[in-house]
Amino acid sequence: MSSPMLSMSWPEGNRMREITFSKAVNEALAEEMRQDETVIILGEDVAEAGTPFKILSGLVEEFGTDRVIDTPISEPGFTGIGVGAAMTGMRPVVDLMFGDFIFLIMDQLCNQAAKAHYMSGGKLNVPMVLRTNMGATRRSAAQHSQSLHAIVAHIPGLKIAMPSSAYEAKGLLKTAIRDDNPVVIFEDKLMYQDSAEVPEEEYAIPFGQACVKREGTDITLIGTSSMVQVCEKAADMLQEKGINAEVIDPRTIVPLDEKTLVESAKKTGRVIVVDEGHQSFGVTSEIASRINEKAFYYLDAPTTRIGAMDVPIPFSPVLEDITVPTPEGVFEQAMKLVSGELIDAA
Amino acid sequence: MSKTKKAELNAEDALRMFRQMLRIRTFENNANQLYLSAKMPGLTHMYSGEEAVAVGICDALLPTDKITSTHRGHGHCVAKGAEFKAMFCELLGREEGYCRGKGGSMHIADQSNGNLGANAIVGGSLGIATGAALTAKLKKTSDVAVCFFGDGATAQGLMYEVMNMAALWNLPVIYACENNGYSEYTKTEEIAAGSITARAEAFGIEAHQVDGQDVIAVNALAKSLVERARNGEGPFFVELMTYRYHGHHVGDINREYYRAKTEEEDWKKNRDPIIRLRSWLVENGHATEEALDEINAAVTEDAENAVAYALNAPYPAASEVDMHVFTDVEHVLA
Ligand SMILES: Cc1ncc(C[n+]2csc(CCOP(=O)(O)OP(=O)(O)O)c2C)c(N)n1
Ligand SMILES: [Mg+2]
Repeated sequence: MSSPMLSMSWPEGNRMREITFSKAVNEALAEEMRQDETVIILGEDVAEAGTPFKILSGLVEEFGTDRVIDTPISEPGFTGIGVGAAMTGMRPVVDLMFGDFIFLIMDQLCNQAAKAHYMSGGKLNVPMVLRTNMGATRRSAAQHSQSLHAIVAHIPGLKIAMPSSAYEAKGLLKTAIRDDNPVVIFEDKLMYQDSAEVPEEEYAIPFGQACVKREGTDITLIGTSSMVQVCEKAADMLQEKGINAEVIDPRTIVPLDEKTLVESAKKTGRVIVVDEGHQSFGVTSEIASRINEKAFYYLDAPTTRIGAMDVPIPFSPVLEDITVPTPEGVFEQAMKLVSGELIDAA
Repeated sequence: MSKTKKAELNAEDALRMFRQMLRIRTFENNANQLYLSAKMPGLTHMYSGEEAVAVGICDALLPTDKITSTHRGHGHCVAKGAEFKAMFCELLGREEGYCRGKGGSMHIADQSNGNLGANAIVGGSLGIATGAALTAKLKKTSDVAVCFFGDGATAQGLMYEVMNMAALWNLPVIYACENNGYSEYTKTEEIAAGSITARAEAFGIEAHQVDGQDVIAVNALAKSLVERARNGEGPFFVELMTYRYHGHHVGDINREYYRAKTEEEDWKKNRDPIIRLRSWLVENGHATEEALDEINAAVTEDAENAVAYALNAPYPAASEVDMHVFTDVEHVLA
């Protein structure tokens, strides 16, 4: 099923070009739709409009309205249709316009899609992808800014991918479409216009393989989605203080590449986990606790977490900006850890 | 039919509605300007063109009656009695905004006038309005609840669940479907099968369709339904045929791929609710052109002052960020 492993290196002579995150998503869909006619897209304003973020532009022109299907504003309905179509031979990519709307489709996703394979004793498959987004600071207030991946990661049976750049966006989406399980992809909507190097050649990124974005020896910064950039900026700031930070992107949180994370923790002895979901009961807690369990005797400091503030996302820019993790915040926390300062156990 | 109703309307009521419609249009023009000049954070959805819907209905309500609003909520907010200053402050994320800057355009509401909130989830307030009607019935307050929602929201399953209960329990709720012909970039006929009013009728709910550009017709219908809902004859359903002049939101500027310019021009020129009421007022001798211009000038000045005030108003203190998460905890992260 899964394609050749391609982590950060690709065959010699493979030409690279810079494309946006949004273009990368578009390419992944187009390529998979060309190769497999059971791949279809379902969602609101996905056809002519190409979604409000204009990510799907051009697809309906190439694949027609039978395969790029505009739906009414009926999220539980079209997600359920996606589940049923997936069970019976299609590979639907369901487009959920904002991650916040995941609360509307929880039954179809978590009681139906996630459990069908298990409840049928392995006889039914749901090869469906739910593409949605996350991320605050667009000034869109509390119902259009949430990062809700932890909520679905809690449910066994769903795989969860969190691309951190155009490169991951394309490679992970291609793997998701080929996967026989339900996969939820959370794209940070603030990254859609960001560009990165992406190979001309076809490639896919396997699930469950973290990517070490930068090697270091003094502290490990684990970041998901756009928090990888936050960690990289913090690592630059730390470098100026002579501190060598390792930055790791788990890429998928289910399955989680625990091995790479634990190995890094053992090497550096200090870990900060950064994620844009609310800090409490979230992804940072899960990863930190696995590291504490598996690398405890190697650690020089408690593994700490930085998530979004435990409040609904406020509209006012002056308030919204202080609810999300920042490079400065990660840097300060890292300085405390390396200097052996006691961490306020918040 | 609407002719006789028009004759019943007195000048005072008509002038009040004229002013309210103008206030909405003026508010929106200023909001659009704030967006275009990059002074407003985020995006916003303009109500321009749909003024007769909010005003015709809200004018039939008392301040204690409840409404629920939508992502396109500025019009409902003004029509239910809100002031410009606190509205512009909210739009700009300032402390003196109706929601202390925490809600912004998509959650703007003057709660003290019975507005239970604008909602960024399409159809998200259908339950809330119906719940408010349940309170009214159980507490015998004689309040009525009006649920505003778009044609697009009729695709939400929640609507059918709550209409069923509202009908079973005779709740004093009026479902006001603002059919502006589009949900985002899609025409209504592409997303709604069959008839929208027939869906309500299937639950035994009395349903009406009305010209949403005719404030007098909307108001006459609203008055009679509100009265009957107060007397325990609810629920009711109204489909108001209307039109939004701007794009889906202020950033939706190149929209000819889904909506023709000629169509927009036709609605603006031939069916504008403010122009229509203005002609009616003048033709029936209720007001002179000059008097109406004076109203317009006063509203414009009021809006300009409010914008200037809001632009200089303070932002909330950073310490507000963890307030209002719970009713009984002042600072949840302290
Ligand atoms: C549950 C949900 N799905 C999708 C959206 C995105 N969205 C915002 S407004 C809108 C269109 C709503 O159309 P309609 O109800 O007709 O209201 P209008 O904008 O025309 O006033 C959509 C799809 C949303 N906010 N909530
Ligand atoms: Mg509409």
